[in-house]
Amino acid sequence: MSDLARYRLVLAVLALATLILFLLSLTVGPAAIGFGDSLSALFSEKRDAIALIMREIRLPRALLGLMIGATLGLSGAVLQGWLRNPLAEPGLLGVSASASLGAVIAIYSGLSAAFALGLPLAALAGAVLAVLVVQAMAGLRGGALTIILSGVAVSAFAGAMTSLALNLSPNPFAALEIMFWMLGSLTDRSMTHVWLAAPFMLAGWAMLASLGRSLDALTLGNDAAVSMGVDVRRVQFLAVFGTAASVGAATAVAGAIGFVGLVVPHVLRPLVGARPSRLLPASALGGASMLLAADILVRIIAPGRDLKLGVLTAIVGAPFFLWLVYRTRRQLP
Amino acid sequence: MSLLSVSGLCVSLGGRPVLKGVSLDVAPGEFVGLIGPNGAGKSTLLRAALGLVRGDGRILINGNETLSIRQRARHAAYLPQERDIAWPVSVEMLVSLGRAPYGTAFSRPDAEDMKAIDRAMQRMEISAFRDRPATELSGGEKARVLIARVLAQEAPLLLADEPTAGLDPSHQIASMRVFADLASEGRAVVASMHDLGLAARWCSRLILLDRGIIIADGPPRAVLTAGRLRAIYGVEAYLGEAMGGMVIQPMDVVAADAADHEDKE
Repeated sequence: MSDLARYRLVLAVLALATLILFLLSLTVGPAAIGFGDSLSALFSEKRDAIALIMREIRLPRALLGLMIGATLGLSGAVLQGWLRNPLAEPGLLGVSASASLGAVIAIYSGLSAAFALGLPLAALAGAVLAVLVVQAMAGLRGGALTIILSGVAVSAFAGAMTSLALNLSPNPFAALEIMFWMLGSLTDRSMTHVWLAAPFMLAGWAMLASLGRSLDALTLGNDAAVSMGVDVRRVQFLAVFGTAASVGAATAVAGAIGFVGLVVPHVLRPLVGARPSRLLPASALGGASMLLAADILVRIIAPGRDLKLGVLTAIVGAPFFLWLVYRTRRQLP
Repeated sequence: MSLLSVSGLCVSLGGRPVLKGVSLDVAPGEFVGLIGPNGAGKSTLLRAALGLVRGDGRILINGNETLSIRQRARHAAYLPQERDIAWPVSVEMLVSLGRAPYGTAFSRPDAEDMKAIDRAMQRMEISAFRDRPATELSGGEKARVLIARVLAQEAPLLLADEPTAGLDPSHQIASMRVFADLASEGRAVVASMHDLGLAARWCSRLILLDRGIIIADGPPRAVLTAGRLRAIYGVEAYLGEAMGGMVIQPMDVVAADAADHEDKE
């Protein structure tokens, strides 16, 4: 089988898996509605309870799972390709931590209770602030290393401020709400969240997806890429702002969800011949599949206990990552 | 018209002057060997010519001073000294990267691209392992794959930083012959190198660089004299003729006081 045929097969399988998991996500939940009934209710004109559950609860949840998973997979693949490092992940730029801090401030200050979109908007503001600081630190002459180090510093500071908010929390309930929010979840999100996140995510995807060819050239290092016509400043700008827009929006509506952006590109890289440009669509689909699957599992494993999505991805993701490292340790330098 | 024209190039790295007013012209048909001791500024000259490091002075590629990054990639190809390959991509895919300056962001390689890729792989004798992951090759094989990538770019000007390092004698000679052939086809090659024997035998012109200044520029026999080798490299060398070409073999390091004496002369 030729290289290209194999790549198309991988994409087709991943797309099919994503579609199936999306439909499953629509049909799994505490309200026991049959598979056929639930899907037909989604498209019917009736305004009964089933249609309401489908449109207001399950559809936004499945859509967000799809969008956030794709975001994490895509930006993880872009950052790994750009930094030429298999350990890069979307949280590296400090965007997730700062978006979390924005959300925590919204909960702490009562902004989130005052109006519905207070929390995601505050989280988005946090993400914007983080990327501005990181980009300002790197400036015009800074490179990838400056970006990483600034991202680490921004993450640490945002983490410290989050701890401070917990520390000074006026009552245990606020602290608990903050803790639970930070674990990451897709429960009880509405279509409003979808509409809020979608423009940022689409803009971010467009920026990240345009980088395929440049990332291929970067396989041979910065100098070689420039000599092949790659504008590395543009690559840096698009990678940073594309990640900030999409991952910032993802964190704003669902909290920080770890390991998807790290593990998915890793798993899929051998299947696409390690080519960075081919990894982008594969990783986006793979991320969507993984997040949808995880969100289905939290509903099946512990219905009624509200198991948090971020907890599950970390519990499954971390040992899996260890196994991956174990398997590939001979190839690591 | 010259393919590369550098005049009055000064470059400082970290506050230290590395190139102090270098001027040179490279015409089509030339295979220029850039020689000089470690730290002479060879790599910096190549990188500055491509705009990879900032410097003062005029640099014209194909008579043009203001090429965009993408346009420049069609006029000049560059083989960096760094041979790190980040991902285990196939040899063929790696060579196909050389065609990047010609397509758009999403276009697939067309028939012309495929021909250029095949030609480059045949020239470097790597067609046999086109499907193997490039990261699993030996150092010398990897070097040949990377040279093939530069050849696939098919630019009129080729700048190569120590292209023959790590190759066995037969592939060293084969690579030099490929560069000489490119020059005879009307293109130009500038290669930095440390193997003076190879440089003397294959290059049409040598540029000897020391501490950021061009010491000598001309045909190999004019540049490589026993006195210069003693003064610049600090080595005693055997210079001779064999099989219709120049032979040069460094024999021993010049004693320190003798080198001083040479400098004063």
